[in-house]
Order: sequence, then structure tokens, then C-alpha cells
Amino acid sequence: MTKGAPDAFAPGKTPTFEETARAFLNDAQLRHNMGQATRAIREKRAAAVAELPDWQELREAGRALKERTLRHLDEYLLQLEESVQKAGGHVHWARDGEEANRIIAGIARDHGAKEVAKVKSIATDEIKLNEFLEGEGIKAVETDLAEFIIQLADETSSHILVPAIHKNRAEIREIFLRELDVDALSDQPEDLTNAARLYLRERFLKAKVGISGANFAVAETGTVCVVESEGNGRMCVSLPPVLVTLMGIEKVIPAWQDFEVFMQLLPRSSTAERMNPYTSFWTGISEDDGPQEFHLVLLDNGRTQVLADETGRQALNCIRCSACLNSCPVYERTGGHAYNSVYPGPIGAILTPQLVGIGEPGPDSLPYASSLCGACYEVCPVKINIPEVLVHLRGRVVRHKQDEGGIKGRLDPENVAMRAMAKTFSDRRLYEGAQKAARVGQWPLARGGTIHRLPGRLAGWTQVRDLEPIPEQTFREWWKSRNGS
Amino acid sequence: MDFPLEQTCCGQMHFNTGYQREAVPLVRRFVRVFKDYETVVSPSGSCVGMVRELYPMAAELIGDKRLLYEVEELAPKVFEFSEFLVEKLGVTDVGAYYPHRVTYHPTCHSLRLLQVGDAPVRLLEHVRGIDLAELPEAYQCCGFGGTFAIKNADTSVAILSDKLRHVLDTEAEVCTAGDNSCLMHIGGGLKRLRAGVKTVHLAEILASTEEEMNR
Repeated sequence: MTKGAPDAFAPGKTPTFEETARAFLNDAQLRHNMGQATRAIREKRAAAVAELPDWQELREAGRALKERTLRHLDEYLLQLEESVQKAGGHVHWARDGEEANRIIAGIARDHGAKEVAKVKSIATDEIKLNEFLEGEGIKAVETDLAEFIIQLADETSSHILVPAIHKNRAEIREIFLRELDVDALSDQPEDLTNAARLYLRERFLKAKVGISGANFAVAETGTVCVVESEGNGRMCVSLPPVLVTLMGIEKVIPAWQDFEVFMQLLPRSSTAERMNPYTSFWTGISEDDGPQEFHLVLLDNGRTQVLADETGRQALNCIRCSACLNSCPVYERTGGHAYNSVYPGPIGAILTPQLVGIGEPGPDSLPYASSLCGACYEVCPVKINIPEVLVHLRGRVVRHKQDEGGIKGRLDPENVAMRAMAKTFSDRRLYEGAQKAARVGQWPLARGGTIHRLPGRLAGWTQVRDLEPIPEQTFREWWKSRNGS
Repeated sequence: MDFPLEQTCCGQMHFNTGYQREAVPLVRRFVRVFKDYETVVSPSGSCVGMVRELYPMAAELIGDKRLLYEVEELAPKVFEFSEFLVEKLGVTDVGAYYPHRVTYHPTCHSLRLLQVGDAPVRLLEHVRGIDLAELPEAYQCCGFGGTFAIKNADTSVAILSDKLRHVLDTEAEVCTAGDNSCLMHIGGGLKRLRAGVKTVHLAEILASTEEEMNR
């Protein structure tokens, strides 16, 4: 999907999940790439997690820590601000993406930067920072290998951890040959990585401003942490003289010791590693070492609105490991672009509509992009009960339609049918009558003991599946014939 | 043993589709019909999951403390069929006879919400004459998901097509499970393909006897 494609966080309406999904489902290359990649990482994650006998206790600890932090978020954020300032850093508060973009662009401009080096950060994707900087005449260079690939291809991420999961090596080789100044290139991982390294090394050395996201920030000490695999993050946060970090307000953790829990949960859940290769910590600025100017931008952009929903707020526990994406049967088939959001997959389906607000067909369709199989909840390292939140949000979507949608909302065929069925189910006589009526009514549809075609929206079922008709005698009728009514 | 004829639907379809206020009368009805029984058994993992996991959410939605108390009282008495036999009664051999090649699909809600574990497999292993074939990638969803199968029919079927491939790979004649809705989905796909594999609920296999077969 190219840049400028529909995105719930960009201006304009987005199509619904079901409208977008069909095209992706028919992309054989995508289905193959996604099937292989998610299967492989699922198996590796399961093995990495199985090594820890106290995994369930760790999950519970992670959940409890996040929940406690969110309960006192205001206090922890003020403490974080104070700690960062004490360590020589600057703290900025951004109500929304627009504000954050202006703050960051302002800092880059002040230092005369025409190019900034970026560590992979979904928060910056959420606020469309790269596009904003481009408008200001500043080029943002993505330095994470996968982000770099999709930036070259002029596409958007389809996975929160592995943005180019939808691409295979052959496709990446073609992009590099087209976009980088290289003559010959094989599709071997070493060669591809080396081509990217040669190009990016130069960018790191030139950049006056580095931009990062944050996995965690410690309120007690003001320490910011970035967890990564390639070392590009380490270079971004240490080489340029000025560093700007954009962080969603939910990323704060109270104390250093909390890393004990999160640094066990995160690498095993995300890349199936016991420990990730590079974890960078920095506390404000250090004299003659690393950046001499540090800015922390704290982003709300709908997060306090999520916090107000008692059931939905657990979505803010997320540590962006992406285990839920890799385990989701829906995500595996459609890929990330079908969600029309920088946050795809199960976590995206509960985060996106909450962040942007209920009431738009696109984001409202996301909680329905799930069979509620529960695989996401099972693997979530901080025990976000994703199916529960999905169901809760479906309730909010329907209630919004019924209460705010006027006559159109009430006359919606699904609403009418559901209410009629609820009435039928609430009375035994009506229920039994409906069974009998269905048996009579189905005769034009049922041929040779099978229903091949249903009318209206129900046709979605019979386009590809048959249906058993109501039997000659239902269980209820059989029971009555034996026991009397 | 009783089948109270006043029962209708647990309300799962309404609740999970978002019609939650509409589901509340069905929750009340379920509680009224079943609250005086010692044990309630259901041949559907997802309906049991609804009662155990989502009835409290329904009560909280409308802020009805009394209903919340009642559903919390009732939930521990409601069992999924295989769980009831194996965990509650301690029975794994029900004396069934079923001389067919069978593969078992562990439905998502039995597996993850109710955690029935290997109870259904232990029951099947004791069925005489049965030729049990292990289903590859059994823990993967079949793609049903209630109204998801209609609202997101394309994605639902994309998931189903992999499940059907795995079922066909086992060369079984019969695919069984503890939930009729998943069986309706898998069976609907198999029948459309004229695959010649039928779906049969676990309870039907366990109820089959040699006498009945020879009759």
C-alpha cells in the first residue's frame, strides 16, 4: 500500500475493513509471505516462552504494573517531566499530532537540519511526522532496515514490529536495485543488509538531529529506553548532536526495577529472543558524550479519552510486541494494510477506534475484524483481554448508531433484524413458532437437504458455504414427543 | 435430567455483534430458567463461554447488581458437555461404538475460554472401533466467529479454506467438535466442495452404540 493510502489517523474517511480485505485476500504473494512469516515467528515465540517456568506470573506482573501506572498516570508523567529536566533534558506536552509535529519540526529548524535520522517509531507514523517534515523541507530518513525498505518503496508499514513482513527477499532486492546506487545485488540477507548499511552509515554521520520513539521511560530517573535489533537505534540516539524523542503518554513506567519484568516479556514475545541485541538507555544529557541537547515530546492524541473507558483502557497496557498480530488468523490472511491504520491486527482493532473515536464507518468496522478466537489474549505479555475489549467496542459502536444515528440508524436492516430476533428469543412460543415458520419458509431454498443460497446479507454465508436446513424434527420436538410439554 | 422448554437462546450472537442491550433480556431469561438446577450442561463451548465470561459484562453494562450476583452464582454450575463428563463425572469411557475415521477440531472457545484441554480427545480415544486421526494445526480457528462469518465473509472463508485443507489431509470421513456453530461452518464448506466428509457433533459420536449400528 502506498503512502497517502487511507489511514484512520490521517485526514479523510477510511474504507471499512471488509471493503479493503477482499483485495488483499486475493493477493497470492501476500498470502504466501504472511503465512510463512507468521507461522515461523509463532513457533519461535512459543519455544522462547516455554523456557520460562514463571511466564504466567510475569504476564500478571506486567499487567499489574501497567494497570497501576495508568491509574496514577498524571502523577507519573509529572514525575517524569521533573526527572528529565533535572537531567538536562527538555519536556514538551503535545495534545495531538499537529502540536507534536510543530514542536519537532521547530526543533529541527532551529538547528538548521535538512535531514533527520529516525529510529523506527509507530508514534511518529501515527502523527504523520515524516509527511509534516517533508512539507517543511526536512527529509526524514528511516534507519530501521524494514522501515527503510518500505520508505524506499514509498509504502506504509503492515506490521508494528516487522513493517515489511509482506515483502520477501526477491521483492526487497528489486527495490534496492531500483532505489539505491548499487550495481549488482543478490537476494541473500547479508548482501541486502550490507547495501542498506553502506547507505545508512553516511546518513547517521551527517544527521544533526536524531528522532526516536520510546519503548519505556522511567518516571523515577527520567531514563528513556529504546529496544531494537539492528543497532540503528543506538546510532540514532547517540551520534547526532540533538535528539528528539516522541513518546505516547502511556509508555511511562514508575521505576528502574520494572524493567526486570518488561525486559523479560518484550523480547520473547516480539522477536522470540531471550534478549534483544540492542537496548539503549539515556537520562537527559551527559557532558561530552552523546547528544548535547535532548527533547522529550509527550503525546496524548486521544490517549486520555481511551483512559476514560474502564474496559477499553487496557489497550494502553500494550508494549508493542506484536505477538497478537502474529497469532491472529485474520491478520495472517489479510495482512496489516487491510486495517487502514498504523496500528493493525488485534491490538490495532481495539486501539484505533478508541484513539480516533467511535462514529466513523472505517474505524468502527475494526472491532468486527475478528472471529474472537482468543489467540491474541493467550499470547499477550501484559494480558490485554483483546476479545473482551473487541466485544465491548462492538457494543459501543452499535449503541452509538442506535442513539446518535437518528432514523437511519434505527432503520438499519441489521438493527431491525437483530431487534426482531431478540424479541423472538425472549418468548418460548414465538421461538417455537419461528422454528416452525423457518421449516416452512426454507422449502424454496433447501434442495436435496441443503440450502445453497440465502437472501440479503445472509448471502455472505452461502456464497461459499452450504447450510443445513432445519430438520424434520428438532431436538425440542423430539424431547416433547418423549416427555410431553 | 430435564430440558426446560422455556429456554431459548443464551444471547451470544446479539452480545458479540454489539446488540448488548438487546441481549440483556435473554441473559435474564437464562438465569430465570436455569437458576434452580444443580448443574447445567450445554453441548456448545461458545454458549458456555458466553455465560461464564460475558454474562457479568452484560449485568455491569446495565448496572444491575442483583443480576450480576445471580450470573456469578450460576456460572460455576454451567458446564460444557465434555468437561462435564470428564472433569465433573470422571468418565472417559461411555461405551460408545463408532467404526469410522474421525478427526477432532478443538473449537476456540472450548480451548481458550473454557480450557477443556484434552477432555474431548480422552472421550474419543475410548470409543470402540474409532480410527482417530490427528488434525494438523488443530488449534487454528475455523473462521466462523458468529456474525463475523457474514460481516467479513471473505476473510472468514480464507481462514476456513486452510481448516478444510487440514481436515482433508487427515483423510477422515468425519470431522467432529464440541460446538455446532463451528461444525456448521466447517460442514458448510465441506459440503459445498462435495468433499465427502461429514461433520458430526461429539455428543452424537459418544451416543452411538453397536446395537444401534446393527439395527
